[in-house]
Amino acid sequence: MSAVLTVPPWLDEPAFEQVVAQLAAVPPDARLLVDARHVRWASPYGLTALLALAQSREVRPAFAAPEADDTVSYWSRTGFFRHAEQLYDFGRPAPRARPAGESSVLLEITAIRQASDVHDVVGQIQERSQTILRDQLGLDSRATIRFSMALSEACQNVVEHAGRGGWVAVQTYTWKKRLGRRVVVIAVCDAGIGFRRSLESNHQRPRGDRWDDGMALEQAVLRNVSRFTDKGRGQGLAGIRSFVTKWEGKLSVRSGTARIALVPEWDDDPALAESLPPFPGAQVQITIPAAAPQATATPARGAAAASRLELL
Amino acid sequence: MIHHHIDLGSVLRGTVCALYSNLVTRPTGVAVRTEIERAIAEAGGRTVTVIDFSQVTLLDFSCADEIVAKLMLRSVEDAARAIEARAQEAREAGVPEGYFVFRGVCDRHLDAIEAVLERHGLAIVAQVDGRAQLVGEVAAEERAAWDRLCELGAADAEALGADAAPLLERLAARRLVMPVDGGWAAVGARLELPPEPGPARGRAA
Repeated sequence: MSAVLTVPPWLDEPAFEQVVAQLAAVPPDARLLVDARHVRWASPYGLTALLALAQSREVRPAFAAPEADDTVSYWSRTGFFRHAEQLYDFGRPAPRARPAGESSVLLEITAIRQASDVHDVVGQIQERSQTILRDQLGLDSRATIRFSMALSEACQNVVEHAGRGGWVAVQTYTWKKRLGRRVVVIAVCDAGIGFRRSLESNHQRPRGDRWDDGMALEQAVLRNVSRFTDKGRGQGLAGIRSFVTKWEGKLSVRSGTARIALVPEWDDDPALAESLPPFPGAQVQITIPAAAPQATATPARGAAAASRLELL
Repeated sequence: MIHHHIDLGSVLRGTVCALYSNLVTRPTGVAVRTEIERAIAEAGGRTVTVIDFSQVTLLDFSCADEIVAKLMLRSVEDAARAIEARAQEAREAGVPEGYFVFRGVCDRHLDAIEAVLERHGLAIVAQVDGRAQLVGEVAAEERAAWDRLCELGAADAEALGADAAPLLERLAARRLVMPVDGGWAAVGARLELPPEPGPARGRAA
């Protein structure tokens, strides 16, 4: 008999925690059905994390696709089913993408396994990002360059540290209630060894009395520590951090049982969450908002409960 | 003295992939740097190598570290060895004396370059908008001395002031000035370079 994981109707980064909480009770070798029938929308993080979930299982799980046509259509356009059918049993043929007009998908879900994948991702994103980031989000040319650099570095973390492949996706949408602006979101998820085990692979690096996933994230994300002793290492996450800070964006990294975030004024997430249900690998989300309109007040903090990402 | 001109776009396409115009990922940076180091080692002795970024669309932090920072780090390490062994003996012993001018550098490269130079406490000579300047970790008095030397082309330490000699030696140890004819010259100041080609287009056009 399979354990059933119910995917929430709105699958974004916070909602994926509900999936992880259900998963915690299921042994890795147990049969599993991921029930996404009632899902109406998923962020790039939600979609790539679902792929990482399957990657983490010892027995190939089953997947029940969303029932809503528009959801299936959108997930197809993101490339989700193309990757998912290699990881999940669908029971019937996975839905296929149909031609669509303008899409908010800036980069389809793309597998990251080696350095050449990073080149391909950066090359693809440049074709669309200049126009979309400048015209739709009002970001200047320097921001679009830094965006590509951040994307490159986030993907390289998978190649260099995960010990197995991962996925990246990039999308724009309007985050109406919390921010009232469009955002562009990069999600990079894998079910590899995670930050703690990556840092532990360097036996020379001193560790304090407290050593856990939260500390490993603090070391890597805030202090530029890498498993490599080379002084030049650790600059990728430092570069992402400085980009996110400069453009009032948000960076969150989940690994193991902890999640760390650089939280901008417009958000009220905790900077560090620990003792979360365990999930292998690393899950990274970078959110960059559109340039603030002149003379428009920033939405008040504390609107989190009502906030929802609204897909255009 | 041997002058090299190395077009990074060509090296990237020749060593990594003919379709690439972005300098991203560490393995790419290692491959490109190895090719540059091979060319310099073949020449031996004192070299001034112009590293041309004109055809590079994007440079990320990892690649900047592997190419810009590591080339300069090794050059500065060679300088330290030469100082220890004294310059003439070092030349006879074959310690390489490599200088670099980074050309075609613009906004789309500077963030990565400045970040990696800061990380290692390094500086480079870069031609930005056709003008040679120092980029990276440079003290105000170092920059002033280098700018003055650049204007003069080459000069004795006395021409820059009574206290200039230790400052110039410091800049020489950082491979930003070089000894010439009993005096000093700013790296890149006397290079006659053809006009810069247009910006990279690649797939990002």
